[in-house]
Amino acid sequence: METSQNIQETLSSNEIMLNLTDLKKVYPTPNGDYVVLEDLNLYVKKEEFITIIGHSGCGKTTMLSMIAGLNEITDGKISILGSSIKGPGPDRGVIFQSPSLMPWMTAMENVMLGVNKVFPHGNKKEREDICKYYLNKVGLSGAFHKKASELSQGMQQRVGIARAFAIKPKVLLLDEPFGMLDSLTRGELQDVLIEIWNKEKITAVMITHDVDEAIFMSDRVVMMTSGPSAKIGDILPIEFERPRSRKKVLAHNDYYEYRKHLINFLEH
Amino acid sequence: MAYLELNNITKNFGTGSDMTEVLDDINLHIEEGEFVAIVGFTGSGKTTLVNLINGLETPTSGEVLFKGKPVEGTSHERGVIFQNYSLLPWLTVYQNVEMAVREAFPNESKDFLDKRIKEYIAMVNLSPAISKRPKELSGGMRQRVSVARALAMDPEMIIMDEPLGALDALTRGNLQDEILNIWNKNKRTALLITNDVDEGIYMADRIIPLKPGPKATLGPEFKINIDRPRDKTLLNDNPEYKKTRNAIIEYLMDIGNERSSNSTIQYELPDLQPRDLRWRA
Repeated sequence: METSQNIQETLSSNEIMLNLTDLKKVYPTPNGDYVVLEDLNLYVKKEEFITIIGHSGCGKTTMLSMIAGLNEITDGKISILGSSIKGPGPDRGVIFQSPSLMPWMTAMENVMLGVNKVFPHGNKKEREDICKYYLNKVGLSGAFHKKASELSQGMQQRVGIARAFAIKPKVLLLDEPFGMLDSLTRGELQDVLIEIWNKEKITAVMITHDVDEAIFMSDRVVMMTSGPSAKIGDILPIEFERPRSRKKVLAHNDYYEYRKHLINFLEH
Repeated sequence: MAYLELNNITKNFGTGSDMTEVLDDINLHIEEGEFVAIVGFTGSGKTTLVNLINGLETPTSGEVLFKGKPVEGTSHERGVIFQNYSLLPWLTVYQNVEMAVREAFPNESKDFLDKRIKEYIAMVNLSPAISKRPKELSGGMRQRVSVARALAMDPEMIIMDEPLGALDALTRGNLQDEILNIWNKNKRTALLITNDVDEGIYMADRIIPLKPGPKATLGPEFKINIDRPRDKTLLNDNPEYKKTRNAIIEYLMDIGNERSSNSTIQYELPDLQPRDLRWRA
């Protein structure tokens, strides 16, 4: 199997949005250092949607939070469009597992927080239009002025999606964004997310436990080995055309082959 | 007569204008030895349905019959694994399981009980936490205590309300197998409430969707004609599995599309690019 490094050499550097090189993360513990990630190499192309799967505790979230700039890098490098990241920034939008909204603020105000930061050069109406546009896209046109605390968990996560897209990040980072939702709501929100994504093609890295979600959403599924010293174990390219219809994807002959490959990885 | 029968059940909460009609026209027959899964969604009334069967709630109209007799209150013949774990916070893991086992086996010796408690705690990999109290455990660990407690009672009917939702894939798979083992070995009857279609297909003989409420009712049943024991990896090569799985998922997607209201309002997105705020050294 080709490793990510081999493929990488054939890509010119301006096709790569996000690049992780020889990434290492060590947490000190009373019993000595614990190496979470080691020799982790991964690139993500512009306009690519990748998902990360792996067992609990293998370091997926550690990796994602390092890309987000929320967690220090022990060794190695993370770069976006060739320049190393230094701390968090609005070029990377994050959607967390729990929506992490300000509960006392309305849906609009929550989205506006980020929009104000990255569009200081726009006028008030333009900024409001951005918020309204994305809240409408996620199906919340009737809830602009509802407080976050009054929204169901599914609706809160919709606000989270709107908030992340509204700041037009270069990279979208998603940490099991639908993990806490039931399967029907999960399917609905996958559709909402992928519909906006089809239009904007923001480079995306998503952690998931859900094999079907990974196949439906991504261009490549990246499988991480179990820790300690987790790295990339295997990469499965998903060749379905976009935009994808869930029914067509399910009916496709390759679907259950992909599925078997991923389940096999997770069960062993 | 079926082992468990729900006949024309409706269940409302509140009165007058505050009345919520949760369940409506629920008819379900489960035969002895069957494993039935109900796939439902948040807020559709799944937990209410479970509480009617275990005797914590009574129907507004209709009847729940267990072995031909109306269900009146709870009984250790029907063991429940609750979604919210429902552990007693002041008791340790051991004591939580012990309480249930004592109730189910009042005439057995202390040694028998002790052995049984430890066996089931080991089964859910919690032996190292045996003396801990619930607040010292993670959500997944609490859920495993709840599984151990219900199975240790060896109930005639195992009722599970999203029992494995908070667990990672590996633990989840192991506990699914343990539950199937006990169901199969002791010829028990099982009702599983889940929002995971794959869990349903892997474990059950029949899957019945519960449509979203208010006035939630059961949808058409899907029979799972796949031999046991089932193998999760090999299932992906099984044409019957693919057919059944796609049929259920499509049915659920159609329900979802009915439910979601599409907004007709359109907003214009201003042509504005974000200012590059990245720190540069």
